[in-house]
Amino acid sequence: MENQSYTISVYTENNIGLLNRISAIFQRRHINIESLNTSISEIDGVSRFTIVVNVAPDQIKKLIGQIEKQVEVIKAFYHTEEETIYQESCLFKIKSDLLLEGGEIQQKIIETNSRIVTVNKDFFVLEKSGNKKEIEALYNYLNAFGIMQFVRSGRIAITKNEMKISSLLNTLPN
Amino acid sequence: MKNQTQTFVEPIEETQQTTHISGAEAVVKCLLEEGVNLMYGYPGGAIMPVYDALYHYQDQINHVLTRHEQGATHAAQGFARATGKVGVAMATSGPGATNLITGLADAQIDSTPMVCITGQVAEHLLGSDAFQETDIIGISTPVTKWNYQITKASEIPEIMAKAFFLARSGRPGPVLIDITKNAQFEKIDFHYKKCTSVRSYRPKSEVDPVKIEAAATLINQAKKPLIVFGQGVILGQAEAEFKAVIEKTGIPSAWTILGVSAIPSNHPLNVGMVGMHGNYAPNMLTNECDVLIAVGMRFDDRVTGSLDTYAKQAKIIHFEIDPAEIDKNVKTDVAVLGDVKETLAALLSKLNKNSHEAWHSRFKELDTIEHREVIEKDLYPTKEGLTMGEVINAINKETKGDAIIVSDVGQHQMIACRYAKFNQSKSNITSGGLGTMGFALPAAIGAKMGRMDREVIAIIGDGGYQMTIQELGVILHTKTPVKIVVLNNEFLGMVRQWQQLFFDKRYASTDMTNPDFVAIAKGYQIEGKRVCERKDLQGAIAEMIASKDSYFLEVCVEKEDNVFPMIPTGASVSEIRLK
Repeated sequence: MENQSYTISVYTENNIGLLNRISAIFQRRHINIESLNTSISEIDGVSRFTIVVNVAPDQIKKLIGQIEKQVEVIKAFYHTEEETIYQESCLFKIKSDLLLEGGEIQQKIIETNSRIVTVNKDFFVLEKSGNKKEIEALYNYLNAFGIMQFVRSGRIAITKNEMKISSLLNTLPN
Repeated sequence: MKNQTQTFVEPIEETQQTTHISGAEAVVKCLLEEGVNLMYGYPGGAIMPVYDALYHYQDQINHVLTRHEQGATHAAQGFARATGKVGVAMATSGPGATNLITGLADAQIDSTPMVCITGQVAEHLLGSDAFQETDIIGISTPVTKWNYQITKASEIPEIMAKAFFLARSGRPGPVLIDITKNAQFEKIDFHYKKCTSVRSYRPKSEVDPVKIEAAATLINQAKKPLIVFGQGVILGQAEAEFKAVIEKTGIPSAWTILGVSAIPSNHPLNVGMVGMHGNYAPNMLTNECDVLIAVGMRFDDRVTGSLDTYAKQAKIIHFEIDPAEIDKNVKTDVAVLGDVKETLAALLSKLNKNSHEAWHSRFKELDTIEHREVIEKDLYPTKEGLTMGEVINAINKETKGDAIIVSDVGQHQMIACRYAKFNQSKSNITSGGLGTMGFALPAAIGAKMGRMDREVIAIIGDGGYQMTIQELGVILHTKTPVKIVVLNNEFLGMVRQWQQLFFDKRYASTDMTNPDFVAIAKGYQIEGKRVCERKDLQGAIAEMIASKDSYFLEVCVEKEDNVFPMIPTGASVSEIRLK
């Protein structure tokens, strides 16, 4: 079976060591994590992991089984690209001179819905949120001018369908 | 305090509060609350406060000093496997803690309930590369069901309660609790409440009547059903429910290496062991059955051989407590999640009575072949050298199947599991999943201490014996009457067998120059004997069994015997070789 990109959403208790426990599940099976983000969730005291991996369809089910088996995991879900609305964010640090030369970059900032976060006489910082392709396109464009620093965040994703965590939590003891 | 004038007293859930005790004493009190009266361990700097507290509770908790921390884990495992209770092992930080890892990994893969407690450097030293500091939480994460680092004494009661609950509930497993030294010294007001649930943790699924119905329908329609049962039957204490199901349906029932003893060896529906060195009939007929019913087992690769050719013709029903095991290795047609004690009980009334006589005769045919080709030669050899099989057979004659057999890892393990007779459950203790050489001696000590009413015999190879031989010190110290049989072929026999079969007899690093094992036993004040001739064997075993004290018996066996039948790695179960 062909590998495909899956977004895994894991609702967990907020405990030290859980990140290690979850990442070990992938490491042990020699699976590369494409992106990983942890944050609070819509529920008080519940954390949310968003993990992107490229695996085969039968493998993703086994991974979810292993993740859910962890004591402090409340529930894990997996979704294909089509089933989620997702964003990644990135920051570019670029020489300020380039911003003024010819106005080409200024035009690109408008076209790509990017945002200047800060600017001083040496450099400016550009922020862009979007999908991976959009960010890659902007990166390739700016790279020709020279990028002083670049960083991209992990994927954050919202699923189109409900994940019913709140109702699940209501059925659980304490 | 009970109010004497009160007629009706509410049941007290929480124990009486004890004020101002140290975290170390709280640890000991937690153990007592969990019914622990026996534990294994090894002291050292970072766990000394707990040892000091234990000193004051010697009348209530027997702490057994093993000679290596690994021995403590295996002893705790042996205790747990023989009694069904949680085994407890304790060690200091750093090397003490890392020495627990093999036992933790073994308990994890064989689902053994165990709580390990480790000392840790004081909180302010964490991450400073302090003396005997090691990241035991990080190291033990992949080999524990759960682990936790306590840095404040106030956390001790709740975390200890959670540790025991998690170790024993659902699919059991090992839990490690790391306690920084400052938390052991801090004073707290102690009160204990047993843990009965953890929000994010579902130990078992509710029985689904739809799945029970689907399973029953398949089983009732089956013409050639085969049951393969594993340790889940024993861990779930479902022996009676399981027996009722097989006796009503008459289905031939084969066991995994950890499932054996869930039903008596001489049960007419017991058709032997599946897997790499299992019996001929159940392996061959796995690929002939029409419905395969897996009960509390996990389709380990040593059981299934090549998955591409495993029971492809059969409908698969899987009774299992751990949802992650469903479809992990073998795709199921009906997955019945839950505790087998509950699911099998629900299944029973839906099943039709049957006897499957024609199907059983297929097993008998193949069994006759295995007897002729393998078993007769193993148990009643005509050649000069002693076989491992005849030693096990001689032990059976003396114990009549009543003993707990603890085996190590290798050829002797396969032979012991194939031929040892068992009358009751929890009688076969061996390292199944991890294959840990050195497991048997400390595990046998733990098993015996947990079941002083039963005969416990450790069967070990000359290789594995020397991996944890220092635990003879525990026998010397505690006078635990464990019986030890070393089957000495002066080889790492199983590796040598593979070298013979698959590496053109290049015996790389498998021949052993062994010490005088009887003299070593004598050094630990254990009576010992070495037997190298058939005429002396039965008498020596009788003498060993009759001994009220520990006894060591070394048997020189044929150097280059092989264990058959055998499914070569990557082959199908039906490609099992008889020679």
